[in-house]
Amino acid sequence: MTGYNLRGMWTLYRHEMARAIRTSGQSIVAPVLTTALYFVVFGTAIGSRMATVGTVDYGAFIVPGLIMMSVLTQSISNASLAIYFPKFTGTVYEILSAPLGYGEALVAYVGAAATKSVIIGLIILATAFFFVDLHIVHPVAMLGFLVLTAVTFSLMGFIIGVWAGNFEQLGFVPMLVVTPLTFLGGAFYAVDMLPEPWRTVTLFNPVVYLISGFRWAFFGQGDVPVLLSLGMTGLFMVAAIAAIAWIFRTGYRIKP
Amino acid sequence: MTNILSVQGLHKTYKSGVVALHPTDLDVRKGEIFALLGPNGAGKTTLISLICGLVMPSGGHVAVGGQDHVKRFRDARRLIGLVPQEMNVDIFTTPMRAVRLTRGLFGKKPDDAYLEQLLRDLSLWDKRDARLIELSGGMKRRVLIAKALSHEPEVLFLDEPTAGVDVELRRDMWKLVHRLRERGVTIILTTHYIEEAEEMADRVGVINKGRLLLVDDKDALMARMGKRQLIVTLQSPLAALPASLDRPGLALGGEGTTLTYSFDSHAGDTGIADLMRALQAEGIAFSDLDARRSSLEDIFVDLVAEDRSRAA
Repeated sequence: MTGYNLRGMWTLYRHEMARAIRTSGQSIVAPVLTTALYFVVFGTAIGSRMATVGTVDYGAFIVPGLIMMSVLTQSISNASLAIYFPKFTGTVYEILSAPLGYGEALVAYVGAAATKSVIIGLIILATAFFFVDLHIVHPVAMLGFLVLTAVTFSLMGFIIGVWAGNFEQLGFVPMLVVTPLTFLGGAFYAVDMLPEPWRTVTLFNPVVYLISGFRWAFFGQGDVPVLLSLGMTGLFMVAAIAAIAWIFRTGYRIKP
Repeated sequence: MTNILSVQGLHKTYKSGVVALHPTDLDVRKGEIFALLGPNGAGKTTLISLICGLVMPSGGHVAVGGQDHVKRFRDARRLIGLVPQEMNVDIFTTPMRAVRLTRGLFGKKPDDAYLEQLLRDLSLWDKRDARLIELSGGMKRRVLIAKALSHEPEVLFLDEPTAGVDVELRRDMWKLVHRLRERGVTIILTTHYIEEAEEMADRVGVINKGRLLLVDDKDALMARMGKRQLIVTLQSPLAALPASLDRPGLALGGEGTTLTYSFDSHAGDTGIADLMRALQAEGIAFSDLDARRSSLEDIFVDLVAEDRSRAA
């Protein structure tokens, strides 16, 4: 029988999730604590002097950005570690020799990484309700953006995990690229609060579109039109899938 | 007998230009124990890795159980269990979780009774819930074997199964191999010990510098390879071999002080007793006797030389 090895895919997904559950203390407490600190510093201390952005209370305004920031970093670190660790220990031989298609392995790894970061995103959202008054205008779209972003950045994390040759490189991209892009992507401010030319420069930052779309789902307004956000997110996803297809075709750093 | 594994023109050249495997043809029969014999760096692991999907082939075809290993890789790989040479284990998992994972990855339904028997057979049952980081090297290797067998493969690859393994595990491994063979499992193992190939295999392939030099039945090969030499150090030098000593395989050397007798250790009559009697009859006294087996290295030198002369 040919067909797909769905049982294999499901096994790998569950294996990845089980590892997260065994270490759920660290994987949940850390992002929740970090976010709570952001709320205290930005929302309460600074926000009390900022009043509102547009019509939205500043404390509430930063919630989508904070969630996005965690989801981006969690997605990347979950997915990159998930593939880097087997490469590092050599256990990747098991995945490569299993009757598992590339697509199946990818769905399992990326699916598990994205699931974890969506859960963390939702926990942070729940935490936010303790600090600020929130009303979500488009809850379904909010969930949609959350999942889409988690999947897209898990795909990117997968690429980083395949590319990384050591633990330093594994931390390099999230530290030096993702965190700055997120900070400068409008997590704590609206893009139109920036002076030119920074406002235009910012539009080259992919994270702007993610946060803007997510913020639209919360408050009904974003920095850019929601369809543009959706289109750009889709574009990143397609680009990541294309890169991974190339990795699998050439065996780049997985299969010599 | 049908072939469970068929390799045609398989070769691998790395990007660096290193040729790890020259175009290779190999057929392995269903149910046999096949030993791939060669020194370190000969290409044994490369050949196995190419077949199992760990390395991208530069060309050639592989079929496992008649299924092409690229076009129908799921069907081909389902039949294969692989025990890698390196201790590639997730040290944070447990033996039970490890075998369940592999079985699932290979698309097999859970079967706790089978897995229990497997872990018992490998003396891992008592440690089934211990983290691998707490287990000894030998135990970790047992876990690797258990994983490879967790999905009931029809072909088992053992890459250097006894390298750096203690006597007990080596004995268990050989017992296991014979038990698996009785169940009809085909076993392909790599080794650089002639003794191991001799002990375990039905057929042997000799590989060196990325070339499969020959494949033959073990007995035929051992007869050819298993030459032994008896070296007799004489008390006083001889000018020439006496006529009564003249026989095939005997040569006088070391300026008349040593007699070297090459014989086939697998023959019914090695001719040693006869030689000893002849020496006594001639009244030739000797001070030392030394027997040595042609080493793997000698054999490779011979085979490679043969290979070259054939190519020339």
